[in-house]
Amino acid sequence: MAAVHIKLKINGQAVEGLCEPRTLLVHFIRDNLGLTGAHIGCETTHCGACTVDLDGKSVKSCTVLAVQAQGSSISTIEGMANADGTLGALQEGFRQMHGLQCGFCTPGMIMRAHRLLQENPNPTDDEVRFGISGNLCRCTGYQNIVKAIQHAAAKLRGEEYREAAE
Amino acid sequence: MISAAFDYHRPKSVSEAVKLLRKSKGSRLLAGGHSLLPMMKLRLAEPSLLIDLGAIAALRGIKKAGKSIVIGAMTTQHELLASALIARNIPILHEAALLIADPQVRYVGTLGGNIANGDPGNDMPAVMLALDATYRLAGPDKRRSVKARAFYKGTYDTALKAGEIVTAIEIPVTPKQGYAYEKLKRKIGDYATAATAVVVTLKAGKIATCSIALTNLGAKPLLAEAAAAQLIGRAPDDTAINAAAAEARKIMDPAHDTRGTPEYRVSVGGICVARALKRAIARAGA
Repeated sequence: MAAVHIKLKINGQAVEGLCEPRTLLVHFIRDNLGLTGAHIGCETTHCGACTVDLDGKSVKSCTVLAVQAQGSSISTIEGMANADGTLGALQEGFRQMHGLQCGFCTPGMIMRAHRLLQENPNPTDDEVRFGISGNLCRCTGYQNIVKAIQHAAAKLRGEEYREAAE
Repeated sequence: MISAAFDYHRPKSVSEAVKLLRKSKGSRLLAGGHSLLPMMKLRLAEPSLLIDLGAIAALRGIKKAGKSIVIGAMTTQHELLASALIARNIPILHEAALLIADPQVRYVGTLGGNIANGDPGNDMPAVMLALDATYRLAGPDKRRSVKARAFYKGTYDTALKAGEIVTAIEIPVTPKQGYAYEKLKRKIGDYATAATAVVVTLKAGKIATCSIALTNLGAKPLLAEAAAAQLIGRAPDDTAINAAAAEARKIMDPAHDTRGTPEYRVSVGGICVARALKRAIARAGA
């Protein structure tokens, strides 16, 4: 059970660390790398609060071993702001449309929505709901989360989003 | 939740994986890990060695081989859904894959893991029974093939022998095949309360071929042979469909769990059979 030397890229930066084979990716990111944006919610692959982007896939980092991410490229909520420090389109959407209340699910929601919009830049509301079906929110009732993602989608397409938050 | 400690290997070839699997009695294969890792975190599984199949290129990919489609065991549900070859030739795989878990799980979960785990709640085994798929296995001594219809022995009990790995799934392509996967679940991401896979072909308005298979309605995926056989040569009307659903109910033996009582699950299982038959027949006619 020797410690494994992990090297990967996170939010564009090359990082490395030592961990046991049984270390979960979410613990490696939070404890070894000190990035606490990815949250540990249910720890049973249901809630999606730990969602990060791994080599172009949304994954629940509580159900991936850090050793499986060897050599990968990962994005977390810490990498979602614009280069000049202003809020990225999804962060801005969640702010404008009141897409969060307690905020616990938000990093996972935003990371999932990020990949969803990469794959489908112009989704219907139903497609957004299906696309975030692996992420649970216990505050908002999802209404404003869908609007927040549509707000971001419109912005990324260079359009204006005309609907108001609920 | 942290699993018990284990050693980890990430072999580059099938033969290396087979060797590792043979070497250590407590070893387990890691495919997508979305069944195994949760079991390990709950300490319901405590392998001493984890053999990660993620770096074996030979286990990936979807290709046409004669009149069949061959799918590498490590192909993810997401890759299945993205495949135009699958959409054209075996669209029931798309219908079923979309009903498995949620997007994050589908990016990682593999077809090989789903069919080889032996969990009666997994969706793809019944689809493979209906399609009469063949599983290609690699073992310490030789490679062999096993029909999906001979693979499942019981809950977490399959025809896989010690040291064997599922390398690919071979599915025959049937032109003008109607298909449906009908799944009742409590919420998105859940395992089936009851589900049914149906494939069917029609000839001159009558049912020419038909297969019906059942998910989570017994200790293993079930092929409803008598129900399908009694449809052959008949006009696909409601009487025939309801009689087939009643026949299929006879082999259902679901557990009593949080998804319902056996009586309830047999009841809705029959409804799934009827609905799947109707949708498959409509598609075969088109």
